[in-house]
Amino acid sequence: MKKFLLLAAVLAMLAAPGAALAEKPVLMMATTTSTDNTGLLDVLGPLFAEQTGIELRWTAVGTGKALELGRNCDVDVLLVHAPAAEKKEVEAGAAVDRTQVMYNDFVLLGPAADPAGVKGMTVAQALKAMADKQAVFVSRGDDSGTHKKELSLWQAAGMDVPDKQAWYVQTGQGMLATIRVAAEKNGYTMADRGTFITYEAESGGTPPVVILVEGDSPLLNQYSAMAVNPAKCPGVKYELAKKFIDWMASPGTQKAIGEYSLMGKPLFVPNAGQ
Amino acid sequence: MDYLLDGLTQAFFLLVTGHAETYSAVWATLVVSTSAIVLCMAFGAPLGFVLGHADFPGRRALRLVVDTMLSFPTVVIGLLVYSFLSRQGPLGGLGLLFTLPGIVIGLVLLGLPVVTAMTASAVENLDRRLKPTLRTLGASRRQELWATLHEARFHMALAAVAAYGRIVSEVGIAMMVGGNIKWHTRTITTAIALETGKGQFAMGVALGLVLLLVAFAINLGVASLRRLAGK
Repeated sequence: MKKFLLLAAVLAMLAAPGAALAEKPVLMMATTTSTDNTGLLDVLGPLFAEQTGIELRWTAVGTGKALELGRNCDVDVLLVHAPAAEKKEVEAGAAVDRTQVMYNDFVLLGPAADPAGVKGMTVAQALKAMADKQAVFVSRGDDSGTHKKELSLWQAAGMDVPDKQAWYVQTGQGMLATIRVAAEKNGYTMADRGTFITYEAESGGTPPVVILVEGDSPLLNQYSAMAVNPAKCPGVKYELAKKFIDWMASPGTQKAIGEYSLMGKPLFVPNAGQ
Repeated sequence: MDYLLDGLTQAFFLLVTGHAETYSAVWATLVVSTSAIVLCMAFGAPLGFVLGHADFPGRRALRLVVDTMLSFPTVVIGLLVYSFLSRQGPLGGLGLLFTLPGIVIGLVLLGLPVVTAMTASAVENLDRRLKPTLRTLGASRRQELWATLHEARFHMALAAVAAYGRIVSEVGIAMMVGGNIKWHTRTITTAIALETGKGQFAMGVALGLVLLLVAFAINLGVASLRRLAGK
């Protein structure tokens, strides 16, 4: 009897937050680690709730897993950064209303001493130089948007994507963890600028790895929002997802995205409607 | 080394200043682990008792299954529960993915074999003379069961503590099924994983210490319960 009462109490405890939720509509989003790790969503989430009365909840996973969650109908909306993979989802009918909302860019990072001598090269030249000199390159290796981008850069440089080579390290972890591995191994890596600035801020402004290659056009990192297709997933909250996408592209939110900065450096550039 | 020292001071500040995010994670951890352990005991203890006390065909095979379940990797449990709770899965209609009750399901699967196996062992290892002695003293079936249960109570408490230890420190299930959603399904362990991923090692250490403190408080409670029961 005692046990039963305890059980009932626990179940009541579990139900209580459930009841409280009923008041506010909840939008479930799958996103990439970069939007969460940089703290951007901690600013946008409350702003969205305040202006629309919709509570945004997100799970931050790699873009690959985020797309999979969308395909399984487990989330309502996606905020990801792998344009080619996103277009495939739209073509396959898994997602709709793909809208680009912002970008930042990728940078090639490495030790300040630059043992492979890649500073100032184009991306393709830098990757070739690293492979030739067998300089340690640390890859996310986790099917995230950043990882997909990196793979496309090796291909664009006309090379086979390294895999088992001793100098090619695949962490299977998030961006900041991967930058830290690169720093520990005195190696190179590729990161989005936002995460790098976060890293820079955390290392007190004197990080062990620095930006060596930047500004090359293949390094653009486009983020888009998409709704999970309600025709395929009848359970999803398409109305809320659409509202979120429109809200992300609205002038006010775009301004907020542009103003979000760390150490005085903006992390994302809004570009909805362009 | 600095991380440990920084972590220690941060843990203190997080707890003393009532850091809302930390308390939210502590609360989520307590809710899921308490519910899970209660359910584990409610189902596992009787099952283990039957497994250790009664004789029936297939008992040894069942024992083997339970013992094997002890080494079920938590990420596999997480994956299994995810595929059942996903909207594409058989239980998708319940909407339990990314919720605390969803995590509880996974944690019960994790703790149940521990409770069952340890209870069964405890009952099996009771003094062999207990049953015949009770019989010769003229105990009824019911009195016999009760006396056996009474004899095994400390071991069952031990089973509960062991299962709780696994449940409260679990991260794979909480991450996969819960989704590490801030203010909702972020537990202490998934928060540690997040902070470590962000490179905030000191914060991770701080949260680890908070988890240890929670575990300590609970064990202290169990110990005093045992003392009370012993009197």
